[in-house]
Amino acid sequence: MKPYVLRGPFERGVTFVRRSFLDRWLLASLSLAALVLTPLGVVLFSIFSHTNDVWRHFVQTSLFTLIANTLWLTAGVAVGTTLLGVSLAWLTAACDFPGRKWLDWALMLPLALPPYVVAFVSIGLFDFTGPIQTALRAWLGVEKLWFPRIRSTGGVIAVMTLTLYPYLYMLVRNAFLTQGRRGIEVAQSLGQGRLRGFFRVALPMARPWIAGGLALVLMETLADFGTVSIFNYDTFTTAIYKAWFGLFSLSAAAQLASLLVMIVFVVLLVEQQLRFHQRFSQTGRSNVADRFRFRGIGGWIAFAYVFGVFLIAFIVPVGQLTVWAAGVIAEDVDLQYITFLGHSLFLGGAAALLTTACALVLVSTNRLRNDLFTRMTVRLATLGYALPGSVLAVGIFIPLIWIDKQILSWVKVLFGIDIGFVLSGSLLAMLLAYLIRFMAVAHGAIDSAMNRITPSLDETARSLGLSGFSLLRKVYFPILRGGLITAALLVFVDVMKEMPITLMTRPFGWDTLSVRIFEMTSEGEWERAALPAMVLVLTGFIPILLLTRYSSREIK
Amino acid sequence: MLGTGFAVSAGAEEVVVYSARNEQLIKPLFDAYTQETGVHVTSLTDKEGPLMERLKAEGEQTPADMFITVDAGNLWRAAKEGLLKPVDSKVLQGNIPAHLRDPENRWFGLSVRARTIVYNTKKVKPSDLTTYEALGDPKWKGRLCLRTSKKVYNQSLVAMMIYDYGVAKTEGIVKSWVNNLATDVFADDTPVMLSVAAGQCDVGIVNTYYFGRLMAKKPELPIALFWPNQSNSGVHVNVSGAGVTQYAKHAAAAIKLLEWLSSEKAQNLFADQNMEYPANPKVAPDPRVAAWGSFKQNLINVSKAGELQGEAVKLMDRAGYK
Repeated sequence: MKPYVLRGPFERGVTFVRRSFLDRWLLASLSLAALVLTPLGVVLFSIFSHTNDVWRHFVQTSLFTLIANTLWLTAGVAVGTTLLGVSLAWLTAACDFPGRKWLDWALMLPLALPPYVVAFVSIGLFDFTGPIQTALRAWLGVEKLWFPRIRSTGGVIAVMTLTLYPYLYMLVRNAFLTQGRRGIEVAQSLGQGRLRGFFRVALPMARPWIAGGLALVLMETLADFGTVSIFNYDTFTTAIYKAWFGLFSLSAAAQLASLLVMIVFVVLLVEQQLRFHQRFSQTGRSNVADRFRFRGIGGWIAFAYVFGVFLIAFIVPVGQLTVWAAGVIAEDVDLQYITFLGHSLFLGGAAALLTTACALVLVSTNRLRNDLFTRMTVRLATLGYALPGSVLAVGIFIPLIWIDKQILSWVKVLFGIDIGFVLSGSLLAMLLAYLIRFMAVAHGAIDSAMNRITPSLDETARSLGLSGFSLLRKVYFPILRGGLITAALLVFVDVMKEMPITLMTRPFGWDTLSVRIFEMTSEGEWERAALPAMVLVLTGFIPILLLTRYSSREIK
Repeated sequence: MLGTGFAVSAGAEEVVVYSARNEQLIKPLFDAYTQETGVHVTSLTDKEGPLMERLKAEGEQTPADMFITVDAGNLWRAAKEGLLKPVDSKVLQGNIPAHLRDPENRWFGLSVRARTIVYNTKKVKPSDLTTYEALGDPKWKGRLCLRTSKKVYNQSLVAMMIYDYGVAKTEGIVKSWVNNLATDVFADDTPVMLSVAAGQCDVGIVNTYYFGRLMAKKPELPIALFWPNQSNSGVHVNVSGAGVTQYAKHAAAAIKLLEWLSSEKAQNLFADQNMEYPANPKVAPDPRVAAWGSFKQNLINVSKAGELQGEAVKLMDRAGYK
């Protein structure tokens, strides 16, 4: 693996900036990395707890299947989300066709759908007992007929692709909006066709965004538990759960988890390689006039494709949820929903602000001092996304309680009172847990945006005497705004959907919409989960609408 | 606001409950208890695995006084990890039959569910059915639907079979089930019943309350329950239950609540909420539940399901039961 080197003044080390200032940045990033690595360490070090024969059992019975399944799934989802995400982003950002304006933001809405809910809905619709096959059998008058199996590798890949493509779409859309079209114009002025311009210029330029989005999608895929368990598709995640909560072998669970983290690390290194040799381009203002307009039937074909994706990924599942929710609304809806909603919004918003701010610190540190040590630190600080939620939740809880016990005993010694736990079960702990989990999400969005700032910009700014924080505030921040908005939005919606950490770290009485979904689904009452899921989706609308308006105003 | 954790107020009469049983199934009970006694019940729900890890981490300082969960295997695990303390209560021993509670009185079953055979009434006659193990007979080839082996209810069922028949014989039975599967195993009990009703398969194994819930919604479905193994070991039953935590700060109040939950008054509410059987034999089940007929239970202590759970999981892996 070649190290990834920014070409510019940085490889010579930074000579313009005061050393002490940099140390503060590095220190901040190091503490963030430590924060994330603590729960990871707690989990992975359980390998050295008493060993038993569970690991051997896995190797003998299912390890090969797990690896094969996991590889198929990640490969399929990677290809699927790239094709969908890039093509949709290109159509909405650089072209014009009927309905583009509203489809542009509508394509982000599937973000608000929890993947496990979509998984349940699609199996309900397409399986043997679902309405489609039932109607077909009735129509043909047969007892059984051949139909593609939804509960299959292809089915899992399809569902995950449809729920995860927005990560890529949002990042790549950002890329095309800010530079893609300009590149094409240049290509055209050199006598290249539009399509060639796309493949020769715009796509290579968007590589950091594609790589960043893909890394997020793959981490999410590898750590997913909800979707694969509904499909009963055995991956590392299901095996970790089985080892820990079924066979109660912490060490086998940790061994599997460390394998998983290793796979994620490889994914991240590959992402770095994809960005290797990347070009920097000035950010150009592009206006709506230079969009490519489809003529005649072409525009409608484009519309049909984009709307088709929106239909399958959003309208169909939401339609089914609406039907179910309507059935239970009378018995299940109560005033508590206002509380759930408030909690979800508050936690999503607070976590989005905190996580985006911390990720900005990481990205900036990486920018200000681009040595191997810093790069590794930043990478490690995003690994919280690589572990399955429940496992990370336990990993976070253990050190929290440890700190609490220290506080408790000191206060007892000093003041003779028993204060109980102050940290665990507090909102602060909850927000820290979200920060640990979703750092990668915010980092991916901001880092891609940072990558498009040319080194010459740094040099210019420096020659004007800007450095450190003022350099960030005056030069980087305005350019990064789109990336920051994307980061905040992704984290906000992710936190609202998140289940295991929310369950583990919430204070008494702090139930959210996703906790409500858990209550309904834990004993298989999926139809009753439709109501909280619907409220979650509707809530997800708000930030998506607000932020898309804001970000489209920014990029005229 | 941000810094206050679970500082449990001393003095006020209250019980703090960690529950892996749904909030909507326990909250009405706690509300009724508060009405009756004035004792306040605070509860927190999560999955059983994370809840046990949480209790373990919190240790002596845990705010929890009571742990409620489904499945005897989970209760056994909590006891084995030292998370529950023995409760010497004449009331509980009188109300809960011996095979539905921990031999050392660390936990008590509060509601009973049977894991039994469901069949398509159009395609199967009850006389075709006998036992769980007979579902592996070649005549059921391509006619059986099962839920995943990852669900603890199936792990407990197979664990009890290991207790009754030994590992080798049970592994043969599970292998023969896998050979008879009509389609990939399902993630839930409800789709198993829907598939039996739709004719994708003819028989399956499910928990009784799932059947009750589905029939309440779709009474027209052509499915019925069958009570197997009536001439040998009996139907496999499981429980949802509770115990007092090892380091409960309100242990006396928690024991009182546990006793109340086992009383005739609370038992109906506890069981009927979810169409289960009351654990207290003095209490009659809900008429809808009683309509499924009476059956001979397997009287082996349900804690065996926990003891043999790990063995069962490995056995099902070897047998290719996903």
